[in-house]
Amino acid sequence: MTPRETAAAGDALGEVELRPRRLEVDRLLDDPRTRIIVCCGSGGVGKTTTAAALGLRAAERGRHVVVLTVDPARRLAQSMGLTSLDNTPRVVPLPDGHGDAGGSLHAMMLDMKRTFDEIVEAHSDPDRAAQILANPFYQSLSSSFAGTQEYMAMEKLGQLRRADEWDLIVVDTPPSRSALDFLDAPQRLSRFLDGRLIRLLTAPTRASSRAYLKVVNAGFGMFTGVVAKVLGTQLLRDVQTFVAAFDTMFGGFRERAEDTYRLLQTPGTAFLVIATPEPDALREASYFVERLSQDRMPLAGLILNRVHPSPAARLSAARSLAAAEALQATAGMDGNGMDGNGADGNGSRPEALNGGAEDAAEGAHHPLAVTALRLHGERMQLAAAERRLAQRFTAAHPGVPTVRIPAQPEDVHDLAGLRTIGESFAAS
Amino acid sequence: MPVPAWADQPLDGDSLLVVSARDTDWEGVRLHVVTGKGGTGKTTVAAALALALASAGGKVLLMEVEGRQGIAQLFDCPPLPEGERKVAVAPGTPGRAGGEVYGLAADPESALVEYLETFYNLPHAGRALNRLGVVDFVTTIAPGLRDVLLTGKAAEATRRRVGRRRVYNAVVMDAPPTGRIARFLNVATEVSGLAKVGPIRGHADTVQSVIRSPQTAVHFVTVLEEMPVQETLDGVAELRGLSPDGLQLGGIMINMVRRVGLTDDQLAAAAAGRLDVHELALGLKAAGIEDGAGPGGNIDLAGSLAAELTERAREALAQREERELLAGIGQPCYELPLITDGMDLAGLYRLAGALREQGAA
Repeated sequence: MTPRETAAAGDALGEVELRPRRLEVDRLLDDPRTRIIVCCGSGGVGKTTTAAALGLRAAERGRHVVVLTVDPARRLAQSMGLTSLDNTPRVVPLPDGHGDAGGSLHAMMLDMKRTFDEIVEAHSDPDRAAQILANPFYQSLSSSFAGTQEYMAMEKLGQLRRADEWDLIVVDTPPSRSALDFLDAPQRLSRFLDGRLIRLLTAPTRASSRAYLKVVNAGFGMFTGVVAKVLGTQLLRDVQTFVAAFDTMFGGFRERAEDTYRLLQTPGTAFLVIATPEPDALREASYFVERLSQDRMPLAGLILNRVHPSPAARLSAARSLAAAEALQATAGMDGNGMDGNGADGNGSRPEALNGGAEDAAEGAHHPLAVTALRLHGERMQLAAAERRLAQRFTAAHPGVPTVRIPAQPEDVHDLAGLRTIGESFAAS
Repeated sequence: MPVPAWADQPLDGDSLLVVSARDTDWEGVRLHVVTGKGGTGKTTVAAALALALASAGGKVLLMEVEGRQGIAQLFDCPPLPEGERKVAVAPGTPGRAGGEVYGLAADPESALVEYLETFYNLPHAGRALNRLGVVDFVTTIAPGLRDVLLTGKAAEATRRRVGRRRVYNAVVMDAPPTGRIARFLNVATEVSGLAKVGPIRGHADTVQSVIRSPQTAVHFVTVLEEMPVQETLDGVAELRGLSPDGLQLGGIMINMVRRVGLTDDQLAAAAAGRLDVHELALGLKAAGIEDGAGPGGNIDLAGSLAAELTERAREALAQREERELLAGIGQPCYELPLITDGMDLAGLYRLAGALREQGAA
């Protein structure tokens, strides 16, 4: 058994601890009613890798899975045996012996501009589509507007769901400063495209809005004046032509965003909030949990990623560090012990760490034990700090089932690495 | 640490700048832009750098631009209102009192209002427009404008004087993440779609002249993991590729470092799992640890500790590769320890101390 598989053994002994309900990931993956899993959380917590690991595990347990990632992580594509990911689902071959359950895995990476272009092409005649695609304002909107990526991720999710080729869609949400952006940004884009101001700005192009214009006339002159001054008349003209060409599609934008939002509220969707045991990540996770419950979105649980459990938790940090110190002291000043400050290259012989048999028999010194005890003590301190942070979350959200995923010593490079993470979903 | 080539350039007639008692790697830099991938502790490192810079005396402005009130959380104070507020006093050095760190949560809305008031003499219009949502709208249809307004605020604070005296000795900007930093700082291109003439263009040119001068350096925060390191390399390449008179690259700040304290040979042996569990069990016994009865009582525990040691060694070897990649960038690297007991003010001071010891400030 590797230390990874004994995660639960690392939990505190002798401390009063709030224990959250365990998140049963396998039950969630196996349940045919689970159709969409949304992985959310702040940046840098391992959403993409977790989504891929969930997808692989579900596929190897017999589901037909597509993983939608928004993070252009080349290495992740490579770890799934693909040279690159694009806007179309690509099959990820399951290695021999792992596809026996009859499942399948596809993966794709969101190309937000391409997705936006496709919507335009699908909802207007070719001439008008070409006109929109060539508009400079459209180009900046489709590639850099804050919210386009989230909107298009939602859009793609809706498309995949409607295609009905997969029975489970795992979505990795866009990297954003706040996890909540994923829920709010799509509406921001549709509100913006559909909004009062964009209509005001383009009022001169619409005869019917003359009456409306009169009412708001006082503000309007100043408004276009400022916009023209700051942004320049060219940009203003681009926006106006864009709005004129895009006109009939505005309503559709809001509707689609609302449809997908409703889809997320159905019981077939499961939100997994991912956090590392760090204050910022857990704070974001808290916000997200509160928001999901406010919007009646189905939260499945929290994945606490990259924790440092210990297979030897019965040996406390204090005792371990004290023992290391005592042992070091008895070893005396022969210069062959660990100095503990991290300086490399003290010139000891290759297997010095293991010590010599005679030395051990004489009880002279035990450099291996000193090092092992010191590192164990530090690990226990880290684990305790992580537990304190996780406890704060649990105290605030006692009803949220949680699973802890141990930190991997090395980055994931292949399906085997993703599978190892998947296995820790189930380990208890 | 290598001395940057521009270190001996005159500091544009500065009368206030406190001459440090010792050399740092970034003498002459007054605007420190700090970027990094999400989750690497960019805001924390920016705050520590501000504290470290302020310990030489004077005032340092720490500015955030993403509307998340990270400064207030770090310094444990109420959310920052509009404007600049003192958030901390830096530790002094022997013989000199420490300086002060001011915090600013800059947002494009108030920057635009300020801009309109200054350049168009529209003292109340700005606020009225803001209420109508117009400011949000304008910065939305022209995302580049948002960035110009924020970098503009940093440039303004960097150049600000009262009489002949500089208000701030240094400005530290907690900038957008690595993936967006090049675009964020590439002011000229950002506004290319905007007005070709007029104050906004002039404004952009001024901002550009500060950002592309030796007064500005862009620091990257990373941790020793593959993806953040890759993003750092990509970000550095992107900045270097911007133009011949590109942006000044700063230091590489390696955050959350855990020391393992083993020699190369020991690391290799431990990573390969070549550890003598019996010897380890004897060592535990010698240390007075009795885990379970009988002669083999400590074997179980020793096996667990050996597994931990192997895992740490593998992690350390993987991190060594990442560290070498970062060293290949050719900029000074600074290492900051992982603070395990929660990031509070004490932790920030520790990180600031580490940055000073290594010559980053």
